[in-house]
Amino acid sequence: MKSLPRILMALAALCLLALFVFPMWKIVLYAPQYPDGVEMHIWINKIGGTSPGTLQNVNILNHYVGMKMIEPDSIPELQYFQYVIMAMIALGLAAAWMNRSWGFLSWTILLLVLCVLGIYDFYLWEYDYGHNLSDTAPIKIPGASFQPPLIGRKDILNFVAVSLPHIAGYFVGLSLLLGAGAWWFTRKSSKHEKVVIRSGNGLAARSMLA
Amino acid sequence: MKKQIFHFVLTAVGALFIAGCKPQGPAGVTTGGAASKVYVAPGQYDEFYNFVSGGFNGQMAVYGLPSGRLFRNIPVFSVHPENGYGYSEETKPMLNTSHGFVPWDDLHHPALSTTNGEHDGRWAFGNANNTPRVARIDLSTFRTVEIIELPNSGGNHSSPFITENTEYVVAGTRFSVPVGDNRDVPISSYKENFKGTISFIKVDPQTGRMSIAFQLRTPGFNYDLSRAGKGPSHGWFFFSCYNTEQAYTLLEVNASRNDKDFIMAVNWKKAEEYLAAGKGKTEKARYAHNIYDEKTHMATSTILEDVTVLDVTELSGIVYFLPCPKSPHGCDVDPTGEYIVGSGKLAAVMPVFSFSKMQQAIANKDFEGDFQGIPIIKYESALHGEVQKPGLGPLHTEFDANGNAYTSFFVSSEIVKWNVKTLQVLDRVPTYYSIGHLCVPGGPTKKPHGKYVIAYNKITKDRYLPTGPELCQSAQLYSIEGDKMQLLLDFPTIGEPHYAEAIPASMLKDKSVKIYPIEENQHPYAAKGEKMARVERKGNDVHVYMTAIRSHLTPDNIEGIRVGDNVYFHVTNLEQDWDVPHGFAVKGATNAEILIMPGETQTLLWKPLKPGIYPFYCTDFCSALHQEMQGYVRVSPAGSNVPLKWSLGDEQVVQ
Repeated sequence: MKSLPRILMALAALCLLALFVFPMWKIVLYAPQYPDGVEMHIWINKIGGTSPGTLQNVNILNHYVGMKMIEPDSIPELQYFQYVIMAMIALGLAAAWMNRSWGFLSWTILLLVLCVLGIYDFYLWEYDYGHNLSDTAPIKIPGASFQPPLIGRKDILNFVAVSLPHIAGYFVGLSLLLGAGAWWFTRKSSKHEKVVIRSGNGLAARSMLA
Repeated sequence: MKKQIFHFVLTAVGALFIAGCKPQGPAGVTTGGAASKVYVAPGQYDEFYNFVSGGFNGQMAVYGLPSGRLFRNIPVFSVHPENGYGYSEETKPMLNTSHGFVPWDDLHHPALSTTNGEHDGRWAFGNANNTPRVARIDLSTFRTVEIIELPNSGGNHSSPFITENTEYVVAGTRFSVPVGDNRDVPISSYKENFKGTISFIKVDPQTGRMSIAFQLRTPGFNYDLSRAGKGPSHGWFFFSCYNTEQAYTLLEVNASRNDKDFIMAVNWKKAEEYLAAGKGKTEKARYAHNIYDEKTHMATSTILEDVTVLDVTELSGIVYFLPCPKSPHGCDVDPTGEYIVGSGKLAAVMPVFSFSKMQQAIANKDFEGDFQGIPIIKYESALHGEVQKPGLGPLHTEFDANGNAYTSFFVSSEIVKWNVKTLQVLDRVPTYYSIGHLCVPGGPTKKPHGKYVIAYNKITKDRYLPTGPELCQSAQLYSIEGDKMQLLLDFPTIGEPHYAEAIPASMLKDKSVKIYPIEENQHPYAAKGEKMARVERKGNDVHVYMTAIRSHLTPDNIEGIRVGDNVYFHVTNLEQDWDVPHGFAVKGATNAEILIMPGETQTLLWKPLKPGIYPFYCTDFCSALHQEMQGYVRVSPAGSNVPLKWSLGDEQVVQ
């Protein structure tokens, strides 16, 4: 089990690949006329849904109350965030190769910071879409905001909006756990090694650390 | 005093006697629990789709069973102004024939496609009885996608019945008519000049495309109904024939003289052999073949010029006659494929023929004579047995999976259940009134789904609230799960229901198309985005490339149209959401409206006759702002210089 931490670290890095295969977040709008819900998917580099027409359907619903069109091309995060993730995968694999406790820890903290920033950024976009309403909106409701929930469920007019992580989102969570796990197990095994060094078998312990 | 009491008692007894003589009315014939058996709670689904012919409305209606709720009326052979079928430029070619545009027909029989003799849920076929045609309906879109006309036919009644694997759809002529080059002959020359025609329409197993593989030229009778063999009898087809007297006037008397008419047994594998051996004669014909393309959203009509004919009086071994009592209507093959039930509609008994005995009789040449060289098999040699005293006026028989048959009786207005093997009558129930066809879900297949028998009635009289002299026809649902049939439900139908088929909902509901992907739209006049919306003039033809999306039409202001123009509104519905059709109508249009499904393009031709401002609008309540979904066209006098101009909101284009 000597290689367990670096395996965990490599897996943590590879988990991020899921971001290129699955959506990371979903916002589902339910209403009586939409029994299956309108399910919008946020990917690392695009906005989709359960059908090719989902984004158009969301925009049509939004236009009644004067919300801006969601146009993926005008959201810069969707352009560059994928490169940040690629870099994180490369760094994670490098950390696994180096097999240093500090490497595991700093990578995990960096990913956590990115997650928090990402969620904050998501909140800002939601706030913008929910509050920045057109003066010529056909339906105006004084004081109303149409900002979807950051996470969880919220009633917006005749809709119930549900915002939750999607598959790749859970993979990011798993990645954080694996990264933290890698760090944890190196700490544990290095404590164990110290015991081994004290007992006089220094050569084996050193070669293990190398 | 005594005399008075005597008179009083006599009168009272007399009144009671007269009251007792009047038959009991139909009230109270359903027994307890019927309501719960047909109740489909709000939001729940029915167990079966029921495809019911619309008869003289030319359409096919789709109901749910057991609720009897009507879901859709699929336009097939008749124009349908409600959605533009037969009026839009795209669908007009569907109703083209060798006689030109025919806006109406009489659809009698649906047939659902089968594989290995079981429902496969791909297509429904329907017949046009008046101007002979067969249509194919796609069961993922519930739309008519193909219609083929039948040359040499005069009344396509014996149609569309299908072989075990939908290899062929057959179409037998009800009226024999003169064929060949000279058709201008005296009606009294029926016997020499009038011929029957049975068309074998090949169905492409992948695409469903139909083509007439060959036609059998048969003696001049009336061909009524038919069924394909299955299992052991696969490769054979059975047709009921009446008017073997070959009458051409007052048929109700003259065609009812013979004690026996025929069931015509056709060995179509043998016909295929003759065809492969080059025995077919290519003859000149003119018939239309119309195909609707779901990518271009457009129909094309092609006139075909020839057809291959096999004459069964010259080519032996294709056809044999089975004598069948008195003008048979139904001619139904049981699920095992062994028994063929003839329903002589004027006969007192119902013969059941055995396919294996018929084969034996053919091998032994057990014939009682011939008709124009076609062997007539001895009645007794092919007979399995007769159902004695079944009822009056048997018309049509379907089967359950337990060896029972259900026959409709028009004259005695009842359904009779009997056992195919033992020929014993097991039960009978009245129908209200005068049942024609009946339907057991999967009844014509190798694997009946059973559970219900549905009666399709010709007369309703007092069954529903009266609506003047013109009343609805009706269907009645009976449970066949117990030993006794039980009436569960009456429901009115649109048009006149003739035959119907039912299929488990689970076989269709999940493959029902919800939208047409806009990126697959290959309509030459599609505007696949508002930026593509425009108006183009080519001489007197003006093409408006219009888009519809909640809740505006683009463009919604158009100027520069002149009296004398042909204005084509090509409306593309940009929606990609389920159940968001848009409609389009313009004032003064002499055709109809169009409904456009998500991702589809449909075209309405409009010829304005007077200068002025003409409103147009969306006719299908699409959204909260549906009532705002409107626009104006300005029409100027012929020769006017008003420039062609179109706009939406502030975005204006002038040409």
